Amino acid sequence: MYPNRFEYFAPTSLQEALSLLSIYQDEAKLLAGGQSLLSLMKLRLANPKYLIDLGHIADLNYIRQNGDKIAIGAMTTYAQIKDSELLRKDCPLLVKTASVVGDVQVRNRGTIGGSLSHADPAADMPAAVLASGAELKAVHLNGERWIKAEEFFVTTFTTALAPNEILTEIRAPTLAGHKTIYLKAAPRPTDFAIVGIAACLRLGPNNRCEGIAMGVTGASDKAYRPQALEKALQGEKLDFYTIREAAARVTEGIEVNENIHASSGFRSHLAQVYTARAIQTAMNS
Amino acid sequence: MHRIKLKINGKGFEHEVDSRLLLIHYLREKARLTGTHVGCDTGNCGACTIIFNGKAVKSCMILAVQANGAELTTIEGIAQNGFHPIQESFMDKFAVQCGYCTPGMIMSAHALLLENPDPNETEIREAIEGNLCMCTGYQQIVEAISHAAKKIGRSEKK
Repeated sequence: MYPNRFEYFAPTSLQEALSLLSIYQDEAKLLAGGQSLLSLMKLRLANPKYLIDLGHIADLNYIRQNGDKIAIGAMTTYAQIKDSELLRKDCPLLVKTASVVGDVQVRNRGTIGGSLSHADPAADMPAAVLASGAELKAVHLNGERWIKAEEFFVTTFTTALAPNEILTEIRAPTLAGHKTIYLKAAPRPTDFAIVGIAACLRLGPNNRCEGIAMGVTGASDKAYRPQALEKALQGEKLDFYTIREAAARVTEGIEVNENIHASSGFRSHLAQVYTARAIQTAMNS
Repeated sequence: MHRIKLKINGKGFEHEVDSRLLLIHYLREKARLTGTHVGCDTGNCGACTIIFNGKAVKSCMILAVQANGAELTTIEGIAQNGFHPIQESFMDKFAVQCGYCTPGMIMSAHALLLENPDPNETEIREAIEGNLCMCTGYQQIVEAISHAAKKIGRSEKK
């Protein structure tokens, strides 16, 4: 399979990449790990005229402590996240999620920044950055801005990034003391999620919910935070019935997807079951 | 066209390539290393798995231009004197039927054993989750990899 013809650039600095992007804008695509984009290009569903490869920019690949947050370079691979001791200690939700993305080969190439910018509505990583309360750094030639995860995903394959912006860093708060989990329902473990649920809880005495953030992927045109559900559980004592009742609200106000893997009714049901299961698993973790 | 320079199995290669040439086609058609197989060509089956700067990757999901400056190992590069212990174990344990997935399976196994010389069954199964085999049902492949790990461990102790 061959993609359509395109012109290829391999900038060695972010500045150079931004200059190229400011020239070609919508006609260009940024290449990160390529595990989603190259597939689309081979199928000719994506036909960029210009391909700007970020793979030779050394300073986009790092995981480091930054005050009370952890900074992750956009070109950091899933495998590096999975194996990061720093993240395992302070932000295990990202480690748990990166561990179940695709397969070994995909995790060795695929990057967190690539996944988030691609905004596949069934990708795993968006759910995790939503639940962990991460902020994303968008850089353009004349400056930078920070975008909250819940404002980043706009719709299928569409983010809040402008055509001249590059996502360079993901900054996640340290979640030591929180209970976290990512669970997904997929036809096979290496597949995209039919539904994926990320949960991040802070529990007080008697399992009272002092803080809750969830991320849902696979259910609709974008990954989202189920606000009605979070509101229903905030401050409540988390027992089986409370969780089950609240879980019914995970798709409230959402138009749920339908495809060959699941009807919208079945997908909503799965979302509810996985939500309850995720909360309970997180509590017991 | 772009000029790329890379190392494959320790040997230097240099070619002019079209930007849209996939690494798998570069390996087979330009470098003339046909041991790596084209399977699904969609990133699902893992038959085209090679080792790219020390990590198992699918060479149909990488452009040849992205491999500029990289060090690759393909199935041709793992045997030194006769067969590699993983290849021998695949024969000993009947882990090959039609053979289509075999080069990819062996490269995934090789990448695993480089990082983890003594994997348990779960780790072996996880290492080959990106490789599909339509014949064996995986059991013999898992046994072969486990056997190979022991074999390599023994030869290193000698």
